[in-house]
Amino acid sequence: MTDRRFDPRRWLMLIVEPLDPALLLLLSLLLSYAFMLMVSASPERMESQMINSAVAVTVMWVAARMPAQRILALALPVYVVGVLLLVAVALFGEISKGAQRWLDLGVARIQPSELMKIAAPLMLAWYFQQREGMIRAREFIVAGGLLLLPVGLIVKQPDLGTALLVAAAGFYVLFFAGLSWKLILPIAAVAIVGIGSIVGFGDRICQPDVDWVVLHGYQKNRVCTLLDPTQDPLGKGFHIIQSTIAIGSGGVFGKGWQAGTQTHLSFIPERHTDFIFAVLGEEFGLTGAVVLLVLYLLLILRGCVIAAQAPTLATRLLAGAITMIFFTYAFVNMGMVSGILPVVGVPLPFISYGGTALVTLCLGLGILMSINRSYLMSK
Amino acid sequence: MKRARGVTFNHNPLLDKGLPVWRPRFVLLALLGCSIALVGRAAYLQGVNDDFLQAKGASRYARVIDVPATRGRIMDRNGDVLAVSTPVKSVWAIPEDARLQPAQARRLAELLDLDVRELNRKLASEKEFTYLKRQLPPELAERVAALKLPGIHLQQEYRRYYPGGEVTAHVLGFTGVDDHGQEGIELAFDGELVGKPGSRRVIKDRRGHIVEDVESIRLPQEGGDVTLSIDSKIQYLAYSALRDVVKKYKAQAASAVVLDARTGEVLALVNNPVFNPNNRERLTGAQLRNRALTDTYEPGSTMKPFTAAMGLEKGKYRFNTVIDTSAGRMTIGNATISDSHKHGMLTVAEVIQKSSNIGVAKIALSFPPEEMWSFFDKLGFGAPLGLGFPGEAGGRLRPAKTWRPIEQATMSYGHGLSVTVMQMAHAYLAFARDGELIPVSLTKQSGTPVAGRRVFSAQTAREIRAMLEMVVQPGGTAPAAQISGYRVGGKTGTAQKLDGGRYTRRYVASFVGLAPMSDPRLVIAVMVDEPSGKEYYGGQVAGPVFGQIASGALRALGVAPDAPLVPLQVAQQEAPREHM
Repeated sequence: MTDRRFDPRRWLMLIVEPLDPALLLLLSLLLSYAFMLMVSASPERMESQMINSAVAVTVMWVAARMPAQRILALALPVYVVGVLLLVAVALFGEISKGAQRWLDLGVARIQPSELMKIAAPLMLAWYFQQREGMIRAREFIVAGGLLLLPVGLIVKQPDLGTALLVAAAGFYVLFFAGLSWKLILPIAAVAIVGIGSIVGFGDRICQPDVDWVVLHGYQKNRVCTLLDPTQDPLGKGFHIIQSTIAIGSGGVFGKGWQAGTQTHLSFIPERHTDFIFAVLGEEFGLTGAVVLLVLYLLLILRGCVIAAQAPTLATRLLAGAITMIFFTYAFVNMGMVSGILPVVGVPLPFISYGGTALVTLCLGLGILMSINRSYLMSK
Repeated sequence: MKRARGVTFNHNPLLDKGLPVWRPRFVLLALLGCSIALVGRAAYLQGVNDDFLQAKGASRYARVIDVPATRGRIMDRNGDVLAVSTPVKSVWAIPEDARLQPAQARRLAELLDLDVRELNRKLASEKEFTYLKRQLPPELAERVAALKLPGIHLQQEYRRYYPGGEVTAHVLGFTGVDDHGQEGIELAFDGELVGKPGSRRVIKDRRGHIVEDVESIRLPQEGGDVTLSIDSKIQYLAYSALRDVVKKYKAQAASAVVLDARTGEVLALVNNPVFNPNNRERLTGAQLRNRALTDTYEPGSTMKPFTAAMGLEKGKYRFNTVIDTSAGRMTIGNATISDSHKHGMLTVAEVIQKSSNIGVAKIALSFPPEEMWSFFDKLGFGAPLGLGFPGEAGGRLRPAKTWRPIEQATMSYGHGLSVTVMQMAHAYLAFARDGELIPVSLTKQSGTPVAGRRVFSAQTAREIRAMLEMVVQPGGTAPAAQISGYRVGGKTGTAQKLDGGRYTRRYVASFVGLAPMSDPRLVIAVMVDEPSGKEYYGGQVAGPVFGQIASGALRALGVAPDAPLVPLQVAQQEAPREHM
């Protein structure tokens, strides 16, 4: 360290050292794919998305450089601040498109529910770490409470999509921590019966005068639209019909880059954000979709390996949960755009336009890299 | 909770035992299952169902659009344009795209002559398409386009313009925003005027913008022009004469028809109240009615010449046959008819000149009802003339077998039956054309006129014409109808109006006449509905209108004068009043 002269190799090492090569490669491929699609779907947003990507990669690098224990130490404060922000949103938040999700801090508008996607599993992982060795039913009840508090606040906004993702993130921690099947099975059973009855009695319960108690009117509409999008082709079914047509008209090899008629004639709604998979399906066909899926699976596989090698309970739980979040994002988005899941506002990870989600996802990647580093150092 | 603890793949010895293998395996299985579902769905959409979906996709952007055909013009007999389609632009918006600054919205609202709040309300709508203003003049449309506002678009349309305005309003009618006729000639001749829109195949995006023009499928077939029989100059004369008479007598309404006796062509057709076809906001039904064709009235004494003609034609009466009307009253069954004055002994000619009800009733009652019905029927009463004009009325002429003698008597002087002004003018053609009746026409006739139908002899027609001329001379009921330079003739009518089966103190004043008498060229029928005030007689109210129109029209047509151009000396003595 006495040699103060500029040594490019040393600087490069300093930058690259915290980063996991496999994850970095996959991320680069996904972002390149994203830029390619953005040129087609919304070229005017290209620059803005590049800035978003730069910010997100920086966040990833910072997280990756941070020792895993330091990140875990932040769990409680981040969680508390997150919940307080959610309460603030409920009290003073901005209303946009019928939901109160945004908080204007003067300098920037933030969406605290987004932060919770990482903060919630982080908090639960940290908590189980604290109780390591004596995790019993009581711990799961406390953990469940810690999870339901932010989820409840987000559902109230209302933002069912994000609430489900946060709940899923927390649930993965609980699941990996060993949540009893006795608890999982009833929940699964309720879900299966619920979905089954919706599908089975779709015609009857989708009548306009039937009120679904638990869900908002627009959420009911989304589920009903999924069951039969042609019922209201110009209204609620428009998104799904247009995106299935776009995907389907791509065929096996697609219409070619920038040659998607549905895309370029603006028939695909939200084509640069949540529905960008439809653009991909139309222009690159089945091949393009499978390539994307393979990239995701490789990413998830690498995440699983990192989780399996994680040195502590908390890091293992966190790594597993983050990996599963990636998977959930990807599956829910592609499922929704191709018409097998209802429309919920979930972006396609690393591909959709939008800074917040990208930063969250890269933060997750950074945490994975940090955990990987702590494994390498513990060896 | 041993499952919670220990994992084989962990290096922390504390956790080295525990978590069953199947938990991560379950996760992996779930991953696999979901991925297969996604790939399966994608394969179904893109591999199996792709033809169907590709066709669906194509149907969303490939469109066949109409290329509008220009609606044909309507012209008068001299080729003056009465109705023409001019290109205009309609302004429409995609509300979602139209995010306007307040200043922009104000500017746009100003150009479109809309309230800003109204404009903002339209732009806040959930619809994907909304008209902001239809049929904007081209220069305004250009200024709107120059604003280059997002989400605001222009669409080419045609607007119908009527240079004649009120003057030809009832004849022409008008078109709706869809460029189809809704009234008048525009409706009657819609088939000729509309033309056939052509079509092109284009590619449109969701916003409806044409991205690519692929091919022309069919060229538009422009609408044909229609040339009317109307003469703008005569039409204007009639229009202003009616406007003046309605104003002067504070009448409810008035109608006038001018026919060319040689061809049966309608040279003028006007009504009052009238409307401005170029600005049809706040229209009332009264303004819209083309009364001369659609409204029927009891013609009163203008029917008398036909009764007299029947008497002459069948040989029962002659020009100078004397009829006793000295009683001034006549009882038929349990009803009584009367004359306004006691005229004493009158020749048939004088019966017409002085308009004696008793005189014509006596003529009528000397014929069986069937014979009188068939005579009136041949003159075109009781059925529409078949001009093809929307809403044309036929009037009422009841079947003869239902006639009681008192009814036959009143019908002889125009009560108990109803006619339109057009029917009356048409029937008088028979007097003008030496007993021959031809159909009337609203379009210009070319070549030889259609063969007529004889209703009575030329001799009868000539004798009746002589009687009609006596009407406008001193001693007749309408000296005020005289004009300088031409001999004219006609018959007055002053009919009490029926209301709920009873005759009221309200009147229809009318005059139907011919000019010039030496060789009749024009038939003019004038009807004034409910002139208010002391003067309500046909000879006073409608007679001068006839004179005014006839004088101007004959000069406009260049008809040679057949009388000395002397200053008129009318109404030196009190004209006899006809009643009914």
